[in-house]
Amino acid sequence: MNGGHDLGGMHGLGAINPESEADEPVFHHPWERRVFALTLATGFLGRWNLDQSRHARERQHPIDYLRNTYYENWLAGLQTLLIDSGLLTEAELQSGFCGEGFPNQEIVLTKNKVKAKLQEGKSVELPVATSPQFVIGQEVMVVNRHPIGHTRAPRYTRGRRGTVIHQHGGHIFPDDHAMGDQTGQHLYTVCFDAAELWGQDNGGNEQVYVDLWESYLTSGGTKQ
Amino acid sequence: MQDDHEHDATEAPSEIELRVKALESLLVEKGLVDSAALDELVDTYEHQVGPQNGAHVVAKAWIDPVFREHLLANPGSAIASLGYSGRQGEHIRVLQNTDSVHNLVVCTLCSCYPWPLLGLPPQWYKSAPYRARAVSEPRKVLEEFGTHLGTDVSIQVWDSTSEIRYLVLPQRPANTHHLSEAELQQLVTRNSMIGVETLKPFSDAND
Repeated sequence: MNGGHDLGGMHGLGAINPESEADEPVFHHPWERRVFALTLATGFLGRWNLDQSRHARERQHPIDYLRNTYYENWLAGLQTLLIDSGLLTEAELQSGFCGEGFPNQEIVLTKNKVKAKLQEGKSVELPVATSPQFVIGQEVMVVNRHPIGHTRAPRYTRGRRGTVIHQHGGHIFPDDHAMGDQTGQHLYTVCFDAAELWGQDNGGNEQVYVDLWESYLTSGGTKQ
Repeated sequence: MQDDHEHDATEAPSEIELRVKALESLLVEKGLVDSAALDELVDTYEHQVGPQNGAHVVAKAWIDPVFREHLLANPGSAIASLGYSGRQGEHIRVLQNTDSVHNLVVCTLCSCYPWPLLGLPPQWYKSAPYRARAVSEPRKVLEEFGTHLGTDVSIQVWDSTSEIRYLVLPQRPANTHHLSEAELQQLVTRNSMIGVETLKPFSDAND
């Protein structure tokens, strides 16, 4: 979706103003710690996956997404996921009180399981029966498509040509994954000349590398 | 260190603080989360997992050519051999800076970052200006971090759109031939492993 999250190339956002590395805390407010931990802990309930979680944040009104702080966006996404999955009702969220008749679920993540659960991670490699359609060194173009759902083809790459520099084998396809389906597609890293993305006056001696799934790509077309 | 930022006990809790507290209570009451597990998650990323892990990988790559080869050819296995693996680091690639190539990592669509090696990302990495500008005007972004590279240096920007996570292997600073792996590890900054800065030549006066 062309949401407020798809930021590559946006103007008017100002300077970055980084905090000094030595002084920056991991969290800036105590509540951010809890939002972070609640998001991870509820994720282990298995009711949604990472792409659904990203999509829940992206689905906010773009003005809200851009105005919110980072963990405010996480909180908004978490509330959406809890309600969409039926783990919480809107009334419970508003009142702060538990509704009747909710079956207690077994807690998946207890303190003693945290280390192992984080350690094990979750591979997104998924073997694909077909051979890769594109080879290393091949010129490809990103299909100019604007899906209304979750996608990981940034707007600034669409319709642009680049060169395949890496094949990664099959990875879970995020557009389907965000709808709850687990399908695999070949994943590639594509190298774009900055001038192809941002115009001939820009980006001398710069390249941008983007990981793109097979259905985002096509062969053919000519460079801008 | 983080405790300086704890809110003052005399300050009234903010609206969002109350909302988050209410949400946590509700989820605990429903039996969906365990507060002790939440504490453990926070402690892990606040005090245990951080850029010192990535710095260990980098320092070892500088002094051990066999490890460096292994790291560039098969990063997952090389990094796991030092004990680092897990969530948000399942698929890692290492990008080597040279005299003619400088790598820079961003996630324009969200905030993807190699957690097991660098911990949680700093605020600026997750901010809209960085996400917008790192791909479209990386040299200006680098200037804002005090990194001035000649036009003869190629800037390679990596937009983390998939579950592959990128770690920059910065160039070893000058005047460090006499330093041990542990001493070198202390010189590696988080920002150099994201690619927004290069490492200054070492001098004893640095510390």
